[in-house]
Amino acid sequence: MTEDIYVYIDHFKGEALPASWEAVGAARQLASELGGKVIAVVLGESVSELAGTAIAHGADEVRIVEDPLLAEFRPEPYADALKPVAAESELLIFPTSGRTRELAAMVGVDLETGVAPDVIALEVDGGQVVATRPIYAGKLLSKIVSKGKKPFILTLRSRAFPKPEADASRSGDIVSVEAEIAAPKSEVKGYSEAEAGVSLTDAAVVVSGGRGVSNNPKLTPPADISDEKEIEIWKARQGFEEVEELAKVLGGAVGASRAAVDANYIPYSHQVGQTGKVVSPDLYIACGISGAIQHLAGMRTSKTIVAINKDADAPIFKLARFGVVGDMHEIVPALTEALRERLKG
Amino acid sequence: MKIVVCVKQTPDTAATVTVEDGKVSWGDAPLVINPWDEYAVEEALRIKEQDGGSVVAISLGPEDAREALKHALAMGADEAVLISDPAFAGLDSLGVSSVLAAGVGKVADVDLVFFGRASVDSDTGITGSQVARRLGWPALTLVSKVDSLDESGGTITVERMLEEGRQQVSSSMPAVVSVVKEINEPRYPSFMGIRKASRAEIPVWTAADLGLGQPPEPALAWPEIFAPAKVETQCEFIEGDTPEEIAGKLADRLLEEKVI
Repeated sequence: MTEDIYVYIDHFKGEALPASWEAVGAARQLASELGGKVIAVVLGESVSELAGTAIAHGADEVRIVEDPLLAEFRPEPYADALKPVAAESELLIFPTSGRTRELAAMVGVDLETGVAPDVIALEVDGGQVVATRPIYAGKLLSKIVSKGKKPFILTLRSRAFPKPEADASRSGDIVSVEAEIAAPKSEVKGYSEAEAGVSLTDAAVVVSGGRGVSNNPKLTPPADISDEKEIEIWKARQGFEEVEELAKVLGGAVGASRAAVDANYIPYSHQVGQTGKVVSPDLYIACGISGAIQHLAGMRTSKTIVAINKDADAPIFKLARFGVVGDMHEIVPALTEALRERLKG
Repeated sequence: MKIVVCVKQTPDTAATVTVEDGKVSWGDAPLVINPWDEYAVEEALRIKEQDGGSVVAISLGPEDAREALKHALAMGADEAVLISDPAFAGLDSLGVSSVLAAGVGKVADVDLVFFGRASVDSDTGITGSQVARRLGWPALTLVSKVDSLDESGGTITVERMLEEGRQQVSSSMPAVVSVVKEINEPRYPSFMGIRKASRAEIPVWTAADLGLGQPPEPALAWPEIFAPAKVETQCEFIEGDTPEEIAGKLADRLLEEKVI
């Protein structure tokens, strides 16, 4: 047993998630209080380049497991590969993604230890690591500590911890580890085209549309659409184009309320809220969203919230730093133009 | 095809959740089937309706946590089992996964186990993967579509919704599947279904029934649960005579405050 802090580097198609470096940064901070080294763990078929990048971002050493069975991520072979490294750690930190949620869960079972996902804050209290994570979709927070089983496994939520700058002059040992990996019973067959644009959970800016996207009184639907629901959806698509334009100018991602998703205005992958994604961008612009409690749960930790809504009593204004009471179909395109002018050059 | 759906009873998502004396309280808000689990039940029923077989809903919870199971029965599940024992109080996901895996084992000859993506209370989203690991079955999480199912060949192909896009995965069965909301539109229980569910006998399986001694002790402790600090935001309303004027002022304020 060592007091070193192990950080799993999550990657997709050869690129580490930004949250992986945030996790290295958080581990560095803990190491400065607890002592010990920060050890990055990189698994894959051929990942030595990532190992070097992990050191540049603050890792002291890297444990690396390379195997053809790790070419595509499946949680079972990755858990097998991670087991020997995880078994020697006391604290094992992951960034949070669809992959690491599975992986952390399985390593927890393999080593019969506890897993706390979606951690948003870490502190050291009397030499013990205390994690804070949201429960009930962020309506409450829970502090979590390990009762002594090793390792204490955490996954850190994206954008909850600062991302360290890379420093190419740093150096450290890269140690290869052997692991017994069983042949997986499942196989990745391929990928459909990725959803266009920036990933919601990593985005610094999120522009979201709600029910209001479909009520543009100035639009005249094409003559060949007569069904009321189809007209509504057609209008909503135009409304989401306004939202997308604004997101594009800010380099942000497009979100949506559950109401907009349930009305088939936009695919579910854009949903922000209790039954969708939880986001925490620097800037969240809510367009035509009234702010149901379930939506607020998914975006309330955004640094600055701007609300544009016709109804001055909409609950979203209670969270907003800036508000505009007005028609989003007038304000959003005008804001896109105003920002485009100010941000060029 | 024998399908188990694991369901949980949770407070309604519209509930105002507070902390009283260190304990979570949701006031008078009703306890309902975890919203994600309705999608899991629906998908299991659709597979059964297409390929035949049976759907068994199981839930781990206190003796009075039967509403979630009744909802699953009312939707059309064939059987429901409550897994309940004083020894199961206060388990963390490590213990929950060992109990649920034993429950799936007792149902026997199971091809697929369905979960919702997460429960809306503890919100960890790890139980499905942990049950899969204990059973030694592949975990297929974040599933947005079952592309194909070959019972005789024992394979299932699904589409998963990742941050990076959609991924197709094929897997041997038995397997554990957790679903996202995009997968279907859950049916409302029919009047007949509700009547059937209200009369259904829901057996209780205890630790002894599952052949479990003491499930794993919690590895984690929750020393404190608290409400997030109220963010004191005073909304600054931007006004003007034209949309352009308002937009210009708002853009300027965002730049002044270094938001962008």
